[in-house]
Order: sequence, then structure tokens, then C-alpha cells
Amino acid sequence: MADDDLRVLTSDSYAGPGDAGRTGAWRVLRPVIDYEKCAPAKSGKAACFLCWLYCPDNVVSKTLEPKIDLVYCKGCGICAEECPPHAIAMVEESKFSDLEAADMVQAGAVTAGADRD
Amino acid sequence: MQVFDSGNVAAATSVKLARVQVVAAYPITPQTPLTEKLSQYVDSQVMDAEYVAVESEHSAMAVCIGASSAGARAFTATSSHGLLYMAEQLHWTAGARLPMVMCVVNRAVGAPFSIWNDQQDSISQRDCGWIQLYASDHQEILDTVIKAYRLSERICIPVMVCYDGYYLSHTYMPYRVPEQSAVDAFLPPYTYRHTLGPEKPTSLNTVTLPGGRTDIHGNFAPGYMELRESLDSEMKKAVAIYSEIDAEYLDIAGRGGDPIVQCYLCDDAEYVAVALGSMGRQLHDVADGLREEGIKIGVLSLAMFRPFPADILRAQLSGRKALIVFEKAFSPGQSGALRSELQAALYGEASQPELFNYILGLGGRSYSSVDFRSSIIESIQRKPGETGRCEEIGWIGLGR
Repeated sequence: MADDDLRVLTSDSYAGPGDAGRTGAWRVLRPVIDYEKCAPAKSGKAACFLCWLYCPDNVVSKTLEPKIDLVYCKGCGICAEECPPHAIAMVEESKFSDLEAADMVQAGAVTAGADRD
Repeated sequence: MQVFDSGNVAAATSVKLARVQVVAAYPITPQTPLTEKLSQYVDSQVMDAEYVAVESEHSAMAVCIGASSAGARAFTATSSHGLLYMAEQLHWTAGARLPMVMCVVNRAVGAPFSIWNDQQDSISQRDCGWIQLYASDHQEILDTVIKAYRLSERICIPVMVCYDGYYLSHTYMPYRVPEQSAVDAFLPPYTYRHTLGPEKPTSLNTVTLPGGRTDIHGNFAPGYMELRESLDSEMKKAVAIYSEIDAEYLDIAGRGGDPIVQCYLCDDAEYVAVALGSMGRQLHDVADGLREEGIKIGVLSLAMFRPFPADILRAQLSGRKALIVFEKAFSPGQSGALRSELQAALYGEASQPELFNYILGLGGRSYSSVDFRSSIIESIQRKPGETGRCEEIGWIGLGR
């Protein structure tokens, strides 16, 4: 074992949010969930959650209205790809300069699932 | 117990005494009988270890990385192209701060294909972050491997124990073997600083951003550059730590006392011949002969090349008239690495010796005491200031 005066610095990490830094800054496309289409949000029942299951960064919550932690979401789009009712839109980050995500969906500025087809 | 056997058997004996738990090695050229001996020990249950016969040296080092990370004392040995094939994993082991010991039986590298001795293999790996120790006889091979485990596990940096192929690996010499109980008292069982397991899942050496970061506990986690800086600053502590370990070994084995440099007839020497490995021993006889002719010469055998023990070398070598540096490796287009580094260490000293560099023995080219003697005489007969250019090389034995 190392002496106390030796730091023995290594790069180790533990499972949990943000151990690779605030990776949300890497994002080019932001996932936006349309709760009118999202199965658990619409039905009020714990169901589906494929977004939660597939997210490689574990940033989607398993709640009736799934929430995405944008501090760490890298914007890979796997959740949008997997969502059966096409409830998740990948929106260019540049469109978020003034408006919040939900407002944009509500205002009809973007349409969930649109860029898939 | 005194035995008479080869340098490879001395090394294998020390690995057994160190109670190594995992041996991973590639068995074919450029390997040596060292690993054959270890496989006999494991197969006959003289040694309680896992012997992993891998398909390449790259894999051998990968197995050692896994073993050391999981808390097992690991060993491998190689030479020449085997060491170069490991190169990627050598950097990894050092960056991951994994304790382990590897014997490098120094042999030439191709092209052209050669199996004979020089030191180009280990010297070319000087920047990979491993500590490099050089043994000059069979006894030193045995003692150095045991001490190297203590050093490596204390400082968390892997250690190469280098010894000259054939000159030491395949020749027979008498050496003393310490009692197992004495080695056990000197070298306690190895424990890794993490316990890897499902209770506390840990990712080791994952992608590390250029800058530092805050980890999940809110602590500052170092970035790549902090890790590199600490490898440097902590490796430099190995000079003092190895000296302490050697003093303890002296108590149990009765051998040691000069683990970094061994000086022979240096007290009043105006000229000092400097070399790594078995050349140092041969130079003792040369110095004895020159002393009879009234030439005040000593010999400094360097047993540690990384970290470079600059303080000790400055203390020993400043103020001498000239240093004659003999090397079995060089950097094409420059000079021997040891000569360059000695010159750098002495730069700025009030009294700098002249430096002369001789390259010899490449690819097993024979050399004799007469070669050393004539090179030394040639050097000391040159007028002061006539040389000292860092790129000047004297070649011993060309054209014969």
C-alpha cells in the first residue's frame, strides 16, 4: 500500500450522474418529450419507460412524466428512436436561446417525432 | 544457501521467494528459460501461482494489469521485440499506477533480426513511466527482484528489473538465496488500494477529460495532466524510498547498501567510467589495471536509470576531469541516452567534467577489457575542451 505522502492519483469513477463531467454541454440536439403522446404521462400508469431503459447515460427518470436531466444528456437521440408513440423530438439546441422546451412544443414551434419521418 | 546456477534461475528463484500469485508470459523467442523455470515451479506446486500461457507479450502485460488490479502479485518477463510489443500496455500499467515487476533480459532489436545482447530494448522504453533497475550480476538479479516488489507496491509504479542477455541470463555464477521466512518478513502480502467487487463497482482509468472535474461525491477529480504530473513527482521519490528498502534488505540478507550507484575506486578518481548493467563489473578489472599504471580512475555502475538519480550523480561526478560513458544502446542521430542525461544533470555545475561516449556490444558484438582500456586512455589523452559535443560517439569494435 502506498504511503500517506504519496497521492497515487488515478482516474477512477463510480456509477452515478456526472462522473464524466457536465456532458450536457456536448449536446447538439435536445430531446423534448410531448406528454400528450408519452404513454405513462398520458395513461397515468407506470408503463413503457423504454426511454429510461435505453438511455446509455441513465439521465431519464422512471416517473409518470419522464424527465430528462439536461445537465448530463448528450443528445444521442436513442430515446427518441426507441419511443413507440414517437413522443420525443430531437430539437436543435440553437432553437432554445429564448424559449423553454415545453413552451416550444406547446407553441407548435416543433413537433415531436417529426424529424424521424 | 549458496547455489551455482544461471541468471535466469536466479530471477525465477526470486519470483518464487516473492510469492508471486500470477505469472503471465509468452513462451517463444524472444523469451528466456526464466519463464520455463517458473512454469516448472507452478506445475510441480513449488509455487502457489496461476501460470497464464498467453499468445503474445501484449496479452501477457494485459493479464498482469488485470491481476494487479484485482489484488494479485503479478510477474512477467520478456526481451527485445517482446518488450516493444508490450509498449502500449507498458504506458497503461504506469498510468494506472499498478504495482508489478517485470524482468527484461536485455537483447537487441531488429531489423536485422538478432537474438543477442544489447540494451536498446529497455532504454527505448525509458519514457513509458516504469521504474528501471539494472542488475550487474546474478546475486543482484535475485536481490533486486525481491526489493523491486517492495518498491513497486509501496510507490504504486511498476518496475523493470533489467539484466544483460547471455552475459547474465545464460551464464552460471554462484549466488546466495535467502530463507523464505526472511523474505516473507521483508515482503508482506500485496493488497490493491481498491477492492474490486460488485459491492462497490468502480471503473478504472476511464476516459479522462483534459481538465479536472467534480466526481459524483462532489470532490475534485484530477484531469489527465494532474495524473501525469503526479507520476513524475512520485517516481522521483523512488530514489529515497528504494534506498530505505535496500537498508532493510541489508538487515535480513546482509547484502546491499549501494542500491542506486555502485562506486569502485571513486574516492580520489580524476576519471570515472560510467555504465549500466554487467559492464560495470568488467570495468572493475580495467580500473585495477589502469591504477597500476598510475591513472586515477574509478567506476560508477548505475543500477537505476528511471527515475534518473541526478542528485546522486551530481554529488559523485561533479569536479571529475572526465567521464567515459559506455553504453549498449543509443539514439540514432544523437548519442547514448545515459550520456545525454548525465550531461544534462551536470549542466550548470561549477566544475563540469568532459564527457566521452562509447557505444559497444550492439547485437552481441564482442568486446573485451582491452577495448575498455584503450577507450579510456584515448579519452584522457585528449586535450581539455577538445570534445564534449553531445553528439560525438566513439564506436568500439567496428569492422572486426
